[in-house]
Amino acid sequence: MTRPVTTTLEIPVADGERDTYSLKMGPQHPATHGVLRVDLELDGETILKCTPHVGYLHRGFDKIAENRTYAQTLILTDRLDYIGAMANNVGYCVAVEQLLGISVPVRAKYIRTMVCEMSRICSHLLWLATHALDIGAMTVFLYCFREREILLDLFEELCGARLTFSYPRIGGVRQDVTPKFIDELQRFVNLFPDRIKEYETLIDTNRIWLKRTVGVGTLSGDKALALGLTGPCLRGSGVDYDIRRHRPYDAYDQLEFEVPLGSDGDIYARYRCRMEELRQSVRILQQCIDMLPPGSILDTDAPDLLMPLQNTKKIEADSTSYGTGIIKFMEEQGVYPAGDVYVSTEAPKGELGFYFISDGSARAYRMHIRSPSFIHISALPTIAKGELIADLIANIGSLDVVIGECDR
Amino acid sequence: MEIAKRLKGRFPDEVLEICSFHGQIGVIIRREQVLDILRWLRDTPGIQMNHLMDLCGVDNAKRNDDSLQRFEVVYNLYSVEMRHSLRIRAQIPEQEPCIDSITPLWVGADWHERECFDLMGISFTGHENMKRILLPEDWQGHPLRKEYPLKGREEWSGMEELLHKVETLQQFGFNDGPNQDNEKS
Repeated sequence: MTRPVTTTLEIPVADGERDTYSLKMGPQHPATHGVLRVDLELDGETILKCTPHVGYLHRGFDKIAENRTYAQTLILTDRLDYIGAMANNVGYCVAVEQLLGISVPVRAKYIRTMVCEMSRICSHLLWLATHALDIGAMTVFLYCFREREILLDLFEELCGARLTFSYPRIGGVRQDVTPKFIDELQRFVNLFPDRIKEYETLIDTNRIWLKRTVGVGTLSGDKALALGLTGPCLRGSGVDYDIRRHRPYDAYDQLEFEVPLGSDGDIYARYRCRMEELRQSVRILQQCIDMLPPGSILDTDAPDLLMPLQNTKKIEADSTSYGTGIIKFMEEQGVYPAGDVYVSTEAPKGELGFYFISDGSARAYRMHIRSPSFIHISALPTIAKGELIADLIANIGSLDVVIGECDR
Repeated sequence: MEIAKRLKGRFPDEVLEICSFHGQIGVIIRREQVLDILRWLRDTPGIQMNHLMDLCGVDNAKRNDDSLQRFEVVYNLYSVEMRHSLRIRAQIPEQEPCIDSITPLWVGADWHERECFDLMGISFTGHENMKRILLPEDWQGHPLRKEYPLKGREEWSGMEELLHKVETLQQFGFNDGPNQDNEKS
């Protein structure tokens, strides 16, 4: 006996309302660039609501920093945005120098500017590689990693590390640059503009790339500012805000460069901004090589922040005139001036700010890190709402988030 | 400094003290009218502090200053057009750690405030989604308070459940337990 076969298929519909579909993306999804979980509520392929969940990588840097000396906290900043770790180190050092009133020799300033821009190129290259891979362009990924490798080799030549550098020091840098490093950097600077053109020929007018990026994830300038976006994401919307220009640190006030601005505020505009920034970074690197002044690389007034071997002054364990970081007991008050500063620098991802409160001891009373990625992810629901789920991947990519920096 | 003085002139009862350190100006205020003060700073022509750079909570328990209350919320503001900045420090008493949310002014303050609630235990009235953000939702205590120990004495309460889940998975042939996974992480 055969059963009667139903021929009509009825889809249950709840009183005129369409059913929504909820989807959990991540935390192990490759396109979320780390451990980001996004809860999505979908109507077909359209996103009705998008809720990002972060915190999987929370390590409590703020709390740890309150229990370490300023010099010891430096290594934590490597673990923030590990793609552009050098920019974090520099940002931290600039902030502590302002808090403690330490001046930096000019040569160290130029070297730091140099490594900062190298770090920016590294970060933008990795962003371009993964962003293009998310959208479906495999070749760009390989091209970008080819050039990134040169830069990582340069970093290794400079300080021995390829990812977590801790190269800048409070009051200067750790080691001087070698002539070999400068030569190789010059070779890179000569070579790189052509390579940028190469990336652009691959995707700049690629029809698929344009369809995926133009007019997607659009943000007006006012809205981007209200959301707290900074860096290329804000400049893609046409707001002229670059900390290197607005509040210059290190050698940026001595150098010539342009701040590229977009106008449309979509993913393509952000992409164009970053590509132009690559060119400007090369320009800054060239100027740093040409103008690199002679002199010392570390401030002599910050002796206890140095490695003992580099210390030019004799260290005495019971000395009270200096010896705050490594030697003097950390509970002692009145070592440094008490007060609070907020200092931010232009990291590759956006505005990286450090808010410090010093109570006079050798440890920070409170350190708060304003990380660009944290704010950028918080803007994701606004950007993704009403767009297609496929564009969510492109949006996450174009915001350029690193979860290590977001969760701290 | 000029802006701080104008602010003092506009809100004479709210502004408690103006302090300066390394060229950065901080204004200590009462918490009641924080929304009005920040709106005034954002919308007044010539001041236009339209960029909220940073928002964070501070525990003043071990600070050597008796004039301060137990907690404060620090707002770092910046004007993109006028290129000046100002710091607002709103004082919050220990008995009632809450303050008005500024999400009506800056949408981007949303996660800043959630983070401040999560780590410092200051709640923001008027915030739509005042939940923990970095720590698990069943976490006890607020780590950035000064009395919170650096090293905890016990495990997180969800840990046992998590280990149980791993065990169940291993029964079904998944061998990626926490011990075998070392080289990957």
